[in-house]
Amino acid sequence: MSVRVQTGCFDAGAELNAFSEGLANAGAVVSFTGVVRDRDAGGMVAMEIEHYPGMTERAIAAIAEEARRRWDLADALVIHRHGRLEIGAPIMMVATASRHRAAAFEAAEFLMDYLKSRAPFWKKEIGPEDAAWVEAKDEDEAALGRWSSGAE
Amino acid sequence: MIDCLYFAWVRERIGVPRERVETSAATVAELVEELRAREPRYAAAFEDLSALRVAIDQELADFAAPLEGAREVAFFPPMTGG
Repeated sequence: MSVRVQTGCFDAGAELNAFSEGLANAGAVVSFTGVVRDRDAGGMVAMEIEHYPGMTERAIAAIAEEARRRWDLADALVIHRHGRLEIGAPIMMVATASRHRAAAFEAAEFLMDYLKSRAPFWKKEIGPEDAAWVEAKDEDEAALGRWSSGAE
Repeated sequence: MIDCLYFAWVRERIGVPRERVETSAATVAELVEELRAREPRYAAAFEDLSALRVAIDQELADFAAPLEGAREVAFFPPMTGG
C-alpha cells in the first residue's frame, strides 16, 4: 500500500503500470484519476490546492487502512497533489487491486468518497482577476453514508 | 500554550497560517470564544461554526472536545479533496 502527497505532476499511465506489475494474486485492478477542470463559469487560470502537512498523510493512511480492513485488497495506491495545478493536469489518483472486480471497484469508490471530504485538502479556483475557494457539496458528505458502518 | 493552525479562508481571514496561543480554555469552543473576543478578524473567521471543522493534534474533533494535553488545534472549512 502506497500513499504519496506531492506537488509534482505524475503520469497516471506509468503509475498504473507500475502498480499492476507483480500482482500475482489479483484478478482485478481499478484506477481513478481526478483531473483539474475549468470552473463552471469558465476562464479559470489555475487551481491551487492547500493541505495540512502531517494530518494529510495520517488521514489518507487511515482511510487506506480502513479500505484494506473492509475488502480483500492485494494492494492500494493513493497519490494526491497540492500546490498550483493547471487545467487538464492530474490532481490525484487511486488504484486498487483485488482477486475480483467488485472489491476493487468498491474499495476505489470508498477511497474516493473519503478522500473528498475527510482528507485535509482545500481547492481554490484562480481566475484572471479573482479567486474563490471551492465549497464542499452536501452530496459529497452524503456519499459517506453508504459506507455507514463507520470509518471515522 | 497551544499551536493554532488555520487553513483556506480561515487562514485568509485571520491573516496568519499558525500562531502560539496562551490559553486556559478547557474546550475547543472556549478557545474559539477567547479568539473571537480578541479582534474583529477572529470574529469574522469564527462567525459561523457550522461552516468550520476542527482537528486536535491532526485528528478530526468537534467543538465540545476537551483541550487537555492538546498541542495543536487546527481550524478549517469542510475539506474539498479528491
